[in-house]
Amino acid sequence: MLGEPDGSEHDLHREELLRDDHEAAQEPLLPELLKKRLLVITGKGGVGKSTVTAGLALLASDLGKRVLVVEVDAKGDIASKFEHPPVGFVPVEVHPNVSVLAMDTEASLREYLRLNLRIPVVGRIGPIARVFDFVATAAPGVKEVLTIGKIAWEVRESIAGRAPWDLVIVDAAATGHVVAQLGAPDAIKDLVSVGPIRSQTEWMTDLLADPAITALNVVTTPEEMPVSETIDLVARARSELDVPLGAVFVNRVLPELFTRAEESAFDALSAEAVRSQLESELGLDLSDGVESVLSGARLAVTMRRSRAEHLSDLRAAVDLPMLYLPYLFTRSHGVRETRVVADALSAEFGL
Amino acid sequence: MTAGSLDGVVASKEILIVCGSGGVGKTSIAAAIALGAASRVGGKVLVITIDPAKRLASALGLEEIGNSESRVPDSAFEEAGLTPRGELWVAMLDMKESWDSLVLRHAPDAETASKILNNSLYDNITSRFVQSHDYIAMERLFEIHATGTYDLIVIDTPPTRNALDFLEAPHRMAEFFGGRLLRWLTAPYRAGGGRGARLVNFASKPFYQVADRILGTQFLQDIAEFFLNFQSMYDGFVARAQVVERLLHDRRTTFLVVTTLESAPLREAEIFCGELTKREFPCGALITNKTLPESFTAEVGAEAGAALIANAHRLAEVLAETGVEALADSAIDERVLRTVGESFGNFSVVAAREAELRVELQAWIEGELVNVPSLDADIHDLVGLAEIANHLFT
Repeated sequence: MLGEPDGSEHDLHREELLRDDHEAAQEPLLPELLKKRLLVITGKGGVGKSTVTAGLALLASDLGKRVLVVEVDAKGDIASKFEHPPVGFVPVEVHPNVSVLAMDTEASLREYLRLNLRIPVVGRIGPIARVFDFVATAAPGVKEVLTIGKIAWEVRESIAGRAPWDLVIVDAAATGHVVAQLGAPDAIKDLVSVGPIRSQTEWMTDLLADPAITALNVVTTPEEMPVSETIDLVARARSELDVPLGAVFVNRVLPELFTRAEESAFDALSAEAVRSQLESELGLDLSDGVESVLSGARLAVTMRRSRAEHLSDLRAAVDLPMLYLPYLFTRSHGVRETRVVADALSAEFGL
Repeated sequence: MTAGSLDGVVASKEILIVCGSGGVGKTSIAAAIALGAASRVGGKVLVITIDPAKRLASALGLEEIGNSESRVPDSAFEEAGLTPRGELWVAMLDMKESWDSLVLRHAPDAETASKILNNSLYDNITSRFVQSHDYIAMERLFEIHATGTYDLIVIDTPPTRNALDFLEAPHRMAEFFGGRLLRWLTAPYRAGGGRGARLVNFASKPFYQVADRILGTQFLQDIAEFFLNFQSMYDGFVARAQVVERLLHDRRTTFLVVTTLESAPLREAEIFCGELTKREFPCGALITNKTLPESFTAEVGAEAGAALIANAHRLAEVLAETGVEALADSAIDERVLRTVGESFGNFSVVAAREAELRVELQAWIEGELVNVPSLDADIHDLVGLAEIANHLFT
């Protein structure tokens, strides 16, 4: 089985950790992920959700897909990953074949009214929007359903050939909120026994539940809180949602520095006597430097090790395909960083 | 660069509000500040946390306690090799419990309270209402502060999409309940005398027309009924929101903004600090968390790293002759020396970038700029918190 740890010490080492068990087992699965029409990307705040979303969008566009990225938080991060100014509710192409739209529930309501109820809303909806805001607050799921509704609508239109997208990728709400968001169409059904909203949500539920169309994916880092939130989310998604799960993207994986033999050599190197011999070989003026370099490597090893433990916990608890993205030491940002992430994803997908 | 500290802040303030975007380590920092204050300054120190990592929570004895405050026993300090001068208290914020007690306090009578608490919309509204968590956090803070039990209260703020949200929480809350919109929404029901009275003029108003077509009449009616009850608490909420807002502006209160040096959290922290200033909230310190140790920026380290790589082959042969068993294979030694040097190079790129950012921050930050380097292991006990505290205080 995927991600099954088979001994803690074993897991700490490079080849076993990053290659052995996922390569063969995931091979047939992962390209499937890119054949879907809707990829929802969630994760704890700060793990690099937008970075992964942008990288995935760029990779999909490399593969000839026309991609729409929906940014739910509307912080403008996705556009900036392509060095483009922030965008609004109307999709803007920020990179060849990558368009981005920022979610806006009021605009979504307006569109909904126009398309579904044939109520034309010219200009600002003014008081209606404000009252709506109110009702949306009171009525659980209304805002969420407008968010999900817009996304599902773009997907449905694209499948029907009326919207140009091959793939819609959603930079979704953080782990804490995404279940409520994806479950909104169902929640609405429970609350509203009749009425147009009810029938309007049924097709959304169907689309979100279709494993050929939709996959919910989680971004995490190999750290304590992100891993525990990922484990919780996967469990909650399985019990509370009908949305199929896709993959876990493990971001900021530190490189393993040493094999076991190298590690014992490194330990021996750090011993006082050996270190001073090294220092004298290199010249006295570098002695503090050697100490710094060795303790730097020590820190890197320790950080890597505690992260490897969190990774084992994750793999023990979550049986989804895992994709590993390296910690980026480079100074890149913007589209260059997105390119690095897309290439790393491509390698992980085995493309 | 001189390292800032929280010594002054802790000595002169009564309320520290720790904020920052998700994933920057707010909870650990808040707990470490409280621990540091209790062990250095003394007095009774309370930390109110929102959603601590499980192991951190159990280290603080948070497993059995709910909304009420509990004291971290001296034995826990002793086991961690610490001697507290004061007392460390912890409380976790239970949203549901806090909301219930708020309703019980503000409702005009027991019947209304129970109607609200039993309404099927209540849970949804209180758990999803925009800024509901922020409001509850502020409300609890006020309540505890008013008792005068603690010399210092450190509060960890809820993970918000936008850190600004909770600055506005009390105000928004008052606005929410006081809004003309709410009255408008519930008007047809009030006029008719509550449930059962069908809406006489329903169809004549465009809003109800639209709302009815979207939501259905029954649902709208349920909402209105709920709000009619909820509205009875209006005066209490507004009065409370105003005093909470005053407390945030008080001289005894200060904000501590936590960030990592990654671009997204840092950008958010900068915006947040700017907003604090604009709204005349005091910003006591900016805490940069999980940074790399400064030793990575030392020039002598870079030289040594380069020298290890350049001389790896020769050094490896020397090492293989030392008689140490683990070093007997010079090929392995050579790889290790190269890896060690390269790794230093990698991390020093990041560390150099971080050092530049800290210099930039120093230039505009109003309060202290305090740095907490990345620690070797996760923080899940008092020893780990004490280690963070060592970086926060001099």
